[in-house]
Amino acid sequence: MEGLNVPLNHILLVSSLLFAIGMLGLMIRRNIIFILMSLEVMLNSAALAFVAAGAHWGQPDGQVVFMLILTVAAAEVAVGLGLVLQVQKRFKTLDMDYANRMRG
Amino acid sequence: MLEITLFYVAATIALVATVMAMTRTNAIHALIYLIVSLLAVAVIFFLIGAPFAAALEIVIYAGAIMVLFVFVIMMLNLGERGDQQERQWLQPKIWIGPALLSMLLFVELLYVISALEGPVSATAVSAKEVGLSLFGPYVLAVEIASMLLLAGLVGSFHLGRRYLDRGDLEKEGE
Amino acid sequence: MMFELVWLIPFIPLCSSVLLMLTAGNLPRLLIGSLGVGSVGIAALLTLITGIYFMAEPVPFELTLWSWMQVGNFAPSVAFYFDGLTLVMMSVITGVGFLIHLFSTEFMDQDHSYARYFAYLNMFVAAMLILVMADNLLLLYLGWEGVGVCSYLLVGFWYKNSANGQAARKAFIVTRIGDTAMALGLFLLFTELGTLDIQAMTTVAKETWQVGDNMPLIACLLLLGGAVGKSAQLPLHTWLPDAMAGPTPVSALIHAATMVTAGVYLIARTNGLFLLAPTAMMAVAIIGIATSLMAAFTALMQSDIKRILAYSTISQIGYMFLALGVGAWTAGIFHLMTHAFFKALLFLGSGAIIHCLHHEHNIFKMGGLRSRMPVTFWSFMIGSAALAALPMTSGFFSKDQILLQAYLLPGMGPYFWIAGLVGALLTAMYSFRLVFIVFFGKLNIEPDRDTGWRMAIPLTVLCGLSLIGGYFVIPVQAVFPPLSDEHPALWVEYISILVPVIGLLLAYLIFHSRQLRVDGIVDSKIGQLLHRFWFSGWGIDWLYDQLFVRPYYGLSTMLKSEPVDAMYSLIVAINQTFNQLLSEAQSGRMRWYIVSMVFGLLVLISLALQISPEVL
Repeated sequence: MEGLNVPLNHILLVSSLLFAIGMLGLMIRRNIIFILMSLEVMLNSAALAFVAAGAHWGQPDGQVVFMLILTVAAAEVAVGLGLVLQVQKRFKTLDMDYANRMRG
Repeated sequence: MLEITLFYVAATIALVATVMAMTRTNAIHALIYLIVSLLAVAVIFFLIGAPFAAALEIVIYAGAIMVLFVFVIMMLNLGERGDQQERQWLQPKIWIGPALLSMLLFVELLYVISALEGPVSATAVSAKEVGLSLFGPYVLAVEIASMLLLAGLVGSFHLGRRYLDRGDLEKEGE
Repeated sequence: MMFELVWLIPFIPLCSSVLLMLTAGNLPRLLIGSLGVGSVGIAALLTLITGIYFMAEPVPFELTLWSWMQVGNFAPSVAFYFDGLTLVMMSVITGVGFLIHLFSTEFMDQDHSYARYFAYLNMFVAAMLILVMADNLLLLYLGWEGVGVCSYLLVGFWYKNSANGQAARKAFIVTRIGDTAMALGLFLLFTELGTLDIQAMTTVAKETWQVGDNMPLIACLLLLGGAVGKSAQLPLHTWLPDAMAGPTPVSALIHAATMVTAGVYLIARTNGLFLLAPTAMMAVAIIGIATSLMAAFTALMQSDIKRILAYSTISQIGYMFLALGVGAWTAGIFHLMTHAFFKALLFLGSGAIIHCLHHEHNIFKMGGLRSRMPVTFWSFMIGSAALAALPMTSGFFSKDQILLQAYLLPGMGPYFWIAGLVGALLTAMYSFRLVFIVFFGKLNIEPDRDTGWRMAIPLTVLCGLSLIGGYFVIPVQAVFPPLSDEHPALWVEYISILVPVIGLLLAYLIFHSRQLRVDGIVDSKIGQLLHRFWFSGWGIDWLYDQLFVRPYYGLSTMLKSEPVDAMYSLIVAINQTFNQLLSEAQSGRMRWYIVSMVFGLLVLISLALQISPEVL
């Protein structure tokens, strides 16, 4: 399969848009699950930018970094969802604004 | 030409699906949209000559990670009550300011990337190359990633165990 | 051979003082008294013997005990210089001092702090002796400050009454102003002349400076500052009337006979310098005569017996300053001596009255004491006569000399003379006003006792000295430059003799026989105003209060809020505000954090684009 003539800046444009949307989600949502989803979107957009850059230069490094990002995302989601369970248990809500006391 | 058309279609689907995912009130709905978005991104990966990345995107992201989300959402069992609350939280007065900020950021990024020229490479970067690179110059990063995964494993096990064993928790106290 | 032992004269009272201090009053009263009086008595005896030797062979001599310190070429030694002037001063200090000590044993009989009193008083005698015997100005300054401290301690002797403590502080602080000037004078003299040794200094000064140079003028004015402070002359005289808060024998010894004349001694001792600065001499004379008149007017209005005497002391020291200023050195020192006699007599007499009248100070509550206290009455008669310079008393000889020498001064002389005559008239009036009010008229308070022998003997001896003191010849001719043999016209002498008699007559007519009615004048508006003005000592205390004390208080109140610290407090406040803001930001609200992060990111990217657009 050959990739053909997709302009780099268009891919980056898509990546930027995804990042902005994810960030918007991060800012407007109060539910922790949605916040985690937004984080996934942002990580994904970054991964897209890396892969695009790697493809632009014809090098595998972009994909290597993509895999690292994948690892980070997986670990983050695992721990994050564990935290979601704890928050739900302790506060009986998923509202992040409620969990603002910064104490155990 | 087909590829380019395919790219724009995939990009449009990814963006729309993401926006939908961010604005849903039902967590499962949002998750489905997110999976769609990830699949679309996988298509883009495939189109720009990164088939291995595309495969990983589908298997790990859209598959494994999203399944985690699904499980947790089902465990929490939010139901109709959660929907109403989400709707209440998504007032325009809440999101208008952040939307402006995001817009600004996007404009800045746009300004930066607009200077870039040229298409992506025509030749695909195969899984073999990626593997050689991973266990060549990047071997240290792989080790660190594996440690990170181990830490994630231990952490999630610890957090999740206490959630499941309610009886034990009461005895342990705070 | 006797001269080698003069160091014993200040040493013995000093030892006694230290002994009394260390035993802290745990000795029997009789022993305390014997120590206090005996030590000064021995000092007086030694002075007498030394004096006899000196009169036989009047050659000044120096006695260097040890080198005090050595800093570069500054090497003052603890050395005594002995000449006629020293002898006169020492005789006055030890002689009058001994009599006053003896008087004190009875006066302070009932006091709890008997030992403390004699410890201070002995220390004072020692310090004063060091002052007059010092060979260099630094040792003189040691004695100078020593008597200042003793004066402070003795004025505030009855410290349980806070007003006494205030008077003591006032005395100390006001004299400190003068002392600071004097210290500056010493610095200047040392830097300019390279020595503080008085004899060497005078020689060097005559070689380096011309008459009328600026440098000796400044140095002399600074020394004069010290003398003015110590001798309670204008404008630093305000402490002396308040210093009467101390025990009366203290007032007699320190604030009449000896310490306050230290300024006169200083100027006389450094006459070699003052002769190089005619302007400073004129300043001395003007200060003297102005003080003399001011204090005489004030004394006429006072009602407190000790304040009258205090103002009279100020006035008489003014005469001494006048004498020094017009170059009548011998007359000035002579008046110092006779004044020591009759003023000590008057103070001791007033002390006897106060002692026998339950510490009553107001003269208008006394009266008719003539028959009840004959010894005191005669003491006062003789003392007042000498003070008023009635003919044939000691004060007559000295004051007459001063006035005549002042008259002979070219230029300002006659004016000084007239002002001096006015002062003499007033002196006679206020001294006999005191006598007539206190001893004549009807008896107001019955004294509960008469004076004992320990009071009577000093009074009697001083009476004798006040009468015949004028016939002494003081051996100071060698110390001072000779005077011209000029004599003023005879009418000048007659007027000088006549004026005090007129004063006495006026006092008699106004205050005793009441044939001269002054009530109309006194009761008139101007009279009332003048009375109040003069009663308060020409309002100088008020003036100083307004000029110095109040602004100082204002300033310190202002500084109490520490305006300099406010600057640092501002830094603290700014930090606290930021801290507040930052801890407000630390709200625990996740979304707020995210928004701030995004905002920061925006700013950073904008900055990066601004700074390096070439990234594009």
